[in-house]
Amino acid sequence: MSNKNWPLFEVFIRSKNGLSHKHVGSLHASDAEMAITNARDVYTRRKEGVSIWVVESKNITASNPDEANSLFDPAEDKVYRHPTFYQLPDELEHM
Amino acid sequence: MTPNTDNLVQYVLCYADNAMILGQRLSEWCGHGPALEQDIAITNIALDLIGEARMWYQYAAEFEGNGKTEDDYPYKRVDRQWRNVLLVEQPNGHFGHTIFRQFMFDCFHYYFSLEMMHSNDQRLSEIAAKSNKEASYHLKYSSEWMLRLGNGTDESHQKMQEATDDLYIYFNELFEATPFDESLMGIAPDLSKVKERATLKFNEIMKETSLDIPEVKYPQTGGRKGIHSEHLGYILTELQFLQKTYPNAQW
Repeated sequence: MSNKNWPLFEVFIRSKNGLSHKHVGSLHASDAEMAITNARDVYTRRKEGVSIWVVESKNITASNPDEANSLFDPAEDKVYRHPTFYQLPDELEHM
Repeated sequence: MTPNTDNLVQYVLCYADNAMILGQRLSEWCGHGPALEQDIAITNIALDLIGEARMWYQYAAEFEGNGKTEDDYPYKRVDRQWRNVLLVEQPNGHFGHTIFRQFMFDCFHYYFSLEMMHSNDQRLSEIAAKSNKEASYHLKYSSEWMLRLGNGTDESHQKMQEATDDLYIYFNELFEATPFDESLMGIAPDLSKVKERATLKFNEIMKETSLDIPEVKYPQTGGRKGIHSEHLGYILTELQFLQKTYPNAQW
């Protein structure tokens, strides 16, 4: 059996204390169901997670590194966009 | 009621040995899996089973006393003293054989541990509760592969049929009462009940895969009485090599 035809999936795991799923890596699987079990076996053996998302890599649209200048540089001198000028009340969690 | 020590120990060994030998068999796939992801999936299952075997062996050793340890059972018994069913010692064959063997075992293992959770022996019910969680994942894993290969290409279907024809003769032994069941009423689950539920699951998946269940003229049995196929000797040679070469070696 060869896996040369199995599509690539990107795997996202939410850890027990985490609030969002984080990208942990990628793997091959013949379908999404198999990708979930594969991800469980490859990426959660040491209790890393409580939830798994998989998405076929081809469905991810990535930004073009060549456009990094136009996409990200303009944010560099806009320090006022950080909420660092406010007093945050203690009750506000997860900022 | 305190059961006869020897009966309980031998009874526990039936299930310890199933898990131990299948775990050992599956670990032969380590580094040889059909894909990296399956390599690790199968070795995870192997580790689950060896972990389960340890829990049974530890209990047997505590119950037996006399300075027995969990290692004595796997490392210091000859083949006639092993009580695993014949299915688990069958060779890995091709991936389809491994999957079909696993699927049959998982059908048994899942429903057996579910019943065992009601055992009057608290320790056995705790071991069962832990292994039932693992078995439920194993059953999901092997069922998905049964469907995937059974309904896959002509070649994969044909290979699954071949595996079914080769190994189905070992299915029934899983549900045969051990020689100790009768003396352990309330402790040993009723295997006819396990058989009923496991067979339902088995048939459901087989139907979905449209694989033919062969007629069994000569069902294979004997493992629980210590009468094994030639394969067990080879497994034990490898498993016990270190202890035999360096008796009582420690880590």
